[in-house]
Amino acid sequence: MSKARLATAWLGGCSGCHMSFLDMDEWLFELADLADLVYSPIADVKVFPPDVDITLVEGAVANEDNVELAREIRANSKVVVSFGDCAVTGNVTAMRNPLGDPLGILEAVYVNAPDRNGVIPAEPGIVPPLLPQVQPLHKVIKVDAYLPGCPPPADRIQRAVEALLAGDPSRITGEDIRFG
Amino acid sequence: MRELRTTVTIAFNDVEVEAFADETVMQAARRNDVFIPSLCYVEGLSVWGGCRMCMIEIEEDRRLRPACATPVNPEMEVYTDTPKLRAHRKAILELLFAEGNHVCAVCVSNGNCELQDMAVACGMDHVRYDYRSPRRAVDASHPKYVFDPNRCILCTRCVRVCDEIEGAHVWDVASHGADAVLITDLATPWGDSTSCTWCGKCVAVCPTGSLSYQGTAVGEMEHSVSMISRLAVARSRGEWLDPEAVS
Amino acid sequence: MAAPIDLHEVAERELSERYGFPWRIKACMSTACLSAGANQAYEGMEQTIEKEDLALEARLIPTGCMGLCSRGPLVRVLRRGTDEIMYQAVNKEVAIDIITDHVRDHKPVETNVLDHNIPFFTSQEKIVLENGGVIDPNRIESYVGHRGYQAFERVITRMAPEEVIEIIRASGLRGRGGAGYPVGSKWALLAAATGDTKYVVANGDEGDPGAYMDRTVMEDDPHRLLEGIGIAAYATGASQAYIYVRAEYPRAVERLDRAIRVARRKRLLGRNILDTEFSLDINVRIGAGAFVCGEETALLASIEGRRGTPRLRPPYPTERGLWGAPTMINNVETLANVPTIMRKGAEWYSSIGTEGNTGTKVFALAGDLVNTGLIEVPMGVTLRHIVEDMGGGIPNGKAFKAAQTGGPSGGCISSEFLDTPVDYDSLRNLGSIMGSGGLVVMDEDVSMPEIAKFFMAFSMDESCGKCSPCRAGTVQLHTLLERITSGAGTRQDMRDLEHLCHVVRDTSLCGLGQTAPSPVLSTLHYFRAEYEDMLVSEEATNA
Repeated sequence: MSKARLATAWLGGCSGCHMSFLDMDEWLFELADLADLVYSPIADVKVFPPDVDITLVEGAVANEDNVELAREIRANSKVVVSFGDCAVTGNVTAMRNPLGDPLGILEAVYVNAPDRNGVIPAEPGIVPPLLPQVQPLHKVIKVDAYLPGCPPPADRIQRAVEALLAGDPSRITGEDIRFG
Repeated sequence: MRELRTTVTIAFNDVEVEAFADETVMQAARRNDVFIPSLCYVEGLSVWGGCRMCMIEIEEDRRLRPACATPVNPEMEVYTDTPKLRAHRKAILELLFAEGNHVCAVCVSNGNCELQDMAVACGMDHVRYDYRSPRRAVDASHPKYVFDPNRCILCTRCVRVCDEIEGAHVWDVASHGADAVLITDLATPWGDSTSCTWCGKCVAVCPTGSLSYQGTAVGEMEHSVSMISRLAVARSRGEWLDPEAVS
Repeated sequence: MAAPIDLHEVAERELSERYGFPWRIKACMSTACLSAGANQAYEGMEQTIEKEDLALEARLIPTGCMGLCSRGPLVRVLRRGTDEIMYQAVNKEVAIDIITDHVRDHKPVETNVLDHNIPFFTSQEKIVLENGGVIDPNRIESYVGHRGYQAFERVITRMAPEEVIEIIRASGLRGRGGAGYPVGSKWALLAAATGDTKYVVANGDEGDPGAYMDRTVMEDDPHRLLEGIGIAAYATGASQAYIYVRAEYPRAVERLDRAIRVARRKRLLGRNILDTEFSLDINVRIGAGAFVCGEETALLASIEGRRGTPRLRPPYPTERGLWGAPTMINNVETLANVPTIMRKGAEWYSSIGTEGNTGTKVFALAGDLVNTGLIEVPMGVTLRHIVEDMGGGIPNGKAFKAAQTGGPSGGCISSEFLDTPVDYDSLRNLGSIMGSGGLVVMDEDVSMPEIAKFFMAFSMDESCGKCSPCRAGTVQLHTLLERITSGAGTRQDMRDLEHLCHVVRDTSLCGLGQTAPSPVLSTLHYFRAEYEDMLVSEEATNA
């Protein structure tokens, strides 16, 4: 049996889900026998590759770069998984939503805060513009499975990945889908 | 000695159980360890019937009924876990999660929250609907407690416990529809309340992180709903009894 | 205590006075005509009668609604021994001409004559609205002169309560508030209930957009409502009644208050009515305008001075209603039928309409029609007859697309069902409801998803917030409809929309929530293609 092509991606999140992924410790060696990690923030790959079997996506969709990467992931993945609360619900990343227009938030943070130099970072092509509202991943692309948690503990991630590799995401259930 | 109560036979999911003739389907279910989800029901408080999580199907009744407000009928056949009920409960939970700002990761009740537990129990792993992201101000004016309306699901347990057990009626609902919100006194800050007795029953009975103690950090808040039920039962019967055993 | 009114004598006096004038000019002073300037027209006629010295010849009478509101202000001129002439669009100038040309010179003002031999008028069967355009609502004598309080007097002096209930039951009258519950059965429930105090409540919280039949009864024939309540209270053993009127109806409140005061003075209300053992008082309660207060348990909470939210049933109000006492709630139009039924008998009433749907129904005819206004028709006439004959068809050569009945709780009926008889059961079979009687006709240009969105916005704004599916569900349904009507909807949105409609319908606490999805479900049923044409293309979704 050929190895599955696995990817993980990092949108608007804190990378905690990836830290938790690494917490799977020695099971990562077993995983390496089952799948090739073809794209990940913890692997030095710049472009999202084609024909990926499973992609775990951490983080909410908060800016234009996130939208672009999410669509690339969808176009090149068989199964897309919302990985962690930010991808599933928006979570902490989306806590700016009630405050409305992101410009006001940027001004509060970069202009009005006392220890700042009064300039909102703007570098076309480098600093991506923020979306008016942060969205969960499934509001932007079709998502096939959900693994909530902030972050999902390592053992839950392991069970989820096993279920996904077995082609049965419906096994991600019970306590494994607890938020927070 | 309490007088003997008439019992009748009813069926939950095709299993026959004994129920008191004068109790509700919810009470019968709890005494017989049949799980019916609910967010607003508390044994010992008046029935509110607002969360609609406890809808059940009854044989030969084409409408769904709320278990909390449906009296037991002899020979009734109740179904608590049909595909339709599962789908409907999940949808209602999604509506509740989308309505407020339920960010479990930063909530005082994370890990000790009935709403969070209910999502697990009902298999709700994401919300289909648009998050409303309302902007609601937290009231931390009370020296002992905090009210965060972002985490409120309007179950009105606090309203009822304050009115019916404490007798203070500090809490009530103001406005209507999507703007409905809990208020203290005449929509004045909780800290300014002249009717609040600082008893904390509202905090004890809250199913989410909406009502908490001052200074509680993420995941530290623990509620005590059963204490309220015990209190209600003790008061009505004059002795300390297990609320679910005597319901 | 003052002597009670002598109904026979008042009626005699009223009749002799009525025919003492060769000319009687009846001017509609109902809300629609008033907003079109009926006041100025009335003043114009009043002054001209004075100026032309016609006060002994012509009597000017302010009346209630004549029905064809879109042509108002309306005026009827009745000359002894001739046919009446009806005038439309009577502004002040026309009003003056009516007196000078028609009354003084006997030459009708041809430019404004309205042919009253058109189906809009001739197809009507008036029971509830029989005094509209006929009596002066502010004079009890005017009502008594048209057989008012006759039935009430006979009932309380010569009939047993059970006999009254039996007649109402035999008449087949069903609740006109929308659900169509048999009125006789409801009365029997209250009569059977035990309690020192029992209450009757008239529900005048008419909240459907565009509906105004209850307002018309309360404004234009307040004593008819009082008489209906009186008979209901006598039959059921109630001693106190409330009329719940929304605050948006100040004229109804004013006229009801006056009618109640006069009725008390005339000993038609109060202790020992007409020197019998029967006592009853009626009070008006004003609602704050929440739509949900039309729901009976929310209405009761509101009367008690509490927050107007529905509560769970059972117990039903006839078991435990106002302040825990047995209470019966009847719609205003329902009660307005009662005096006539008691006067003319159950057999007469049940001969009108169809089996199981007896009597008449008042509709507020609105939308894309030549004639709009208030009509009262026998149950079971076809929608086609109402739309094409009475409504005069669709203006500007456009085609009929749908009729909406039942307001935000109802549904839309497409053209293939135009020959459906309009009654409770037929409408329900089509996925709509009779409702309180709103009937909005839409032409081919109307977008059905937009209509569904309009009604969902209404239900969303009017949700009380008590139960989660209605409070949060209507918001999400509206959001989904907004996305679909803006052209950004997907097939997934359609699936979510339809499923959520079922959730809100099946799990909401009260009728408002349970029926809030109806406009969506019925338009999805008959006009699904319109929704689908609005969705983004599959290719765009996948990109």
